[in-house]
Amino acid sequence: MSGNTQNKAVEHDMRIGRSKRARAIPKKQLRKTTRTPRRSVLLTAVMCVMLVYSLIPLVWLVINSTKTQPSLFSTFGLWFSGDFALWDNIVGTFTYGGGEFGRWLLNTLLYVIVGAGGATVLATLAGYGLACFTFPGKRAVLAIILGTIAIPGTALAVPTFLMFSALGITNSPWAVIIPSLISPFGLYLIWTFAADALPVELLEAARIDGAGEFRIFRSISLRLLMPGFVTVLLFTFVATWNNYFLPLIMLSDPKWFPLTVGLNNWNEQARSSGGHAIYNLIITGSLLTIVPIVIMFLIMQRYWQSGLAAGSVKG
Amino acid sequence: MVVFLFALVAPVIYASYLSVYQNKLVGGRSFAGLANYTTAVLDPQFYAALWRVTLFLLVQVPIMLALSTIAAIAIDSARLYFSALFRISLFLPYAVPSVIAALMWGFMYGTDFGLVGNLNSFLGIRLPDPLSSNFVLIALGNISTWEFVGYNMLILYAALRIVPKDLYEAAEIDGAGTFQVIRSIKLPAMRPAFVVALIFSVIGSFQLFNEPNVLKTLAPNTISSNFTPNMYAYNLSFSGQQFNYSASIAIVMGVITMAVAYAVQVIGVRRENR
Repeated sequence: MSGNTQNKAVEHDMRIGRSKRARAIPKKQLRKTTRTPRRSVLLTAVMCVMLVYSLIPLVWLVINSTKTQPSLFSTFGLWFSGDFALWDNIVGTFTYGGGEFGRWLLNTLLYVIVGAGGATVLATLAGYGLACFTFPGKRAVLAIILGTIAIPGTALAVPTFLMFSALGITNSPWAVIIPSLISPFGLYLIWTFAADALPVELLEAARIDGAGEFRIFRSISLRLLMPGFVTVLLFTFVATWNNYFLPLIMLSDPKWFPLTVGLNNWNEQARSSGGHAIYNLIITGSLLTIVPIVIMFLIMQRYWQSGLAAGSVKG
Repeated sequence: MVVFLFALVAPVIYASYLSVYQNKLVGGRSFAGLANYTTAVLDPQFYAALWRVTLFLLVQVPIMLALSTIAAIAIDSARLYFSALFRISLFLPYAVPSVIAALMWGFMYGTDFGLVGNLNSFLGIRLPDPLSSNFVLIALGNISTWEFVGYNMLILYAALRIVPKDLYEAAEIDGAGTFQVIRSIKLPAMRPAFVVALIFSVIGSFQLFNEPNVLKTLAPNTISSNFTPNMYAYNLSFSGQQFNYSASIAIVMGVITMAVAYAVQVIGVRRENR
């Protein structure tokens, strides 16, 4: 291309806009001429080391959940023992201690569905309200929300416990559910998401057409907010499923324990002098606890990635 | 709109209600003024706990963030085989509850049926016990690093993804090498995300509780009841019944955490503006 024609091409580009130019040249060709990323074996090897580091405890967990209590002690940790006892272990996990594990699983599900579900709904309503309406004191409300994001949940746990015990609602499911309902980060995420994804004109057009606020929310906004909604749901789900400190201090009755507290309770029992050695059950129980959440993460990759991106880029 | 307002204000009112209540509790039934705070400031056990988490913060967090940064750049570089596999696998530990992470690693550290024990008998040597008092902080640091390397990596990676491709093209035309591109484009692009990751890590370190509390059952002699400030507050109110003092420790720690996190943010933003 001579200088003259190139100039003309640039002029042309300026007239028709940039996007058209990108379309005019096939994508592959563009990439080839500008950037040639050569795949590096060395870099891949380095990352393999990190991969092994990340996965080895999980592999260990899977392998050892197939072992019986005696072979747990007698065989090499990173390989299977002769007898494949995974099924027996699962049965044992669910039947030990009068079926405690099943109970804890149901408790965890309850806390996750009511706590994380409720938190997501609240965060969506509030974030939407913040993004789309103006009202007196909005700036103050925003400031308070941004402030509460900075307060770590664990710092609030002990004061919350003290307040709840004064109210007499510790050692009940409410003590775990109520604090989980509040998710300032989720609210913030929905708020930034709504500010980006909802065109004001669309809402105004709907209002002119005579749609009520609730109807607008239900039929327009909720659909546009769906990706944000799912992202917040995912994060609150994980936070509630994995929560340990809060239920640990709130609950003393094993019948309300979630899985995390219950499993460590087994661990403490196994360590104490008179306790049964049930390490095979603890290991299997741990595996059963992480399987659902790992599966969910794998299925919903797209959402947690976009959620993290929004949270970090804007935060 | 009333619904929205209600749903919006309710958590805020709840939060402020909490904060008011905390202040009352610190005073106690009989008004004690700042006595609890003076005790906390002079309490050697509290200092020991605070020092331990500070040490943890100063050693573990830089290592973890360095690893996350390297991983993020590597995955973004397009020079990697199977980059999606690495991205997902490295993030996977984040999905594992910290209790279970601590249990798993705790078992693996164990000398009776853990990997350390296996290595000892396999090689016929005696590795230092990771749960002895000299190594327990390192053992904890390893657990935290394992859990959060992938999470921080994804935060940083997300920041790299929004760098416009033209910038790399321009750099290449100007003859910039790989490392120059990393230094002049990628690292500055990651800075805001890095500040976020740093703030989360600071909070995580100061509020450390789950992992040491789980490991405590495996190593009761090395992890004391005041190993971290949060454990101290917990044990004060549950074993010691000193609720008021426990609340003031929790508040002092909350304030310290927020102050340090805020300082990180201010420094990060100021650097960016320069």
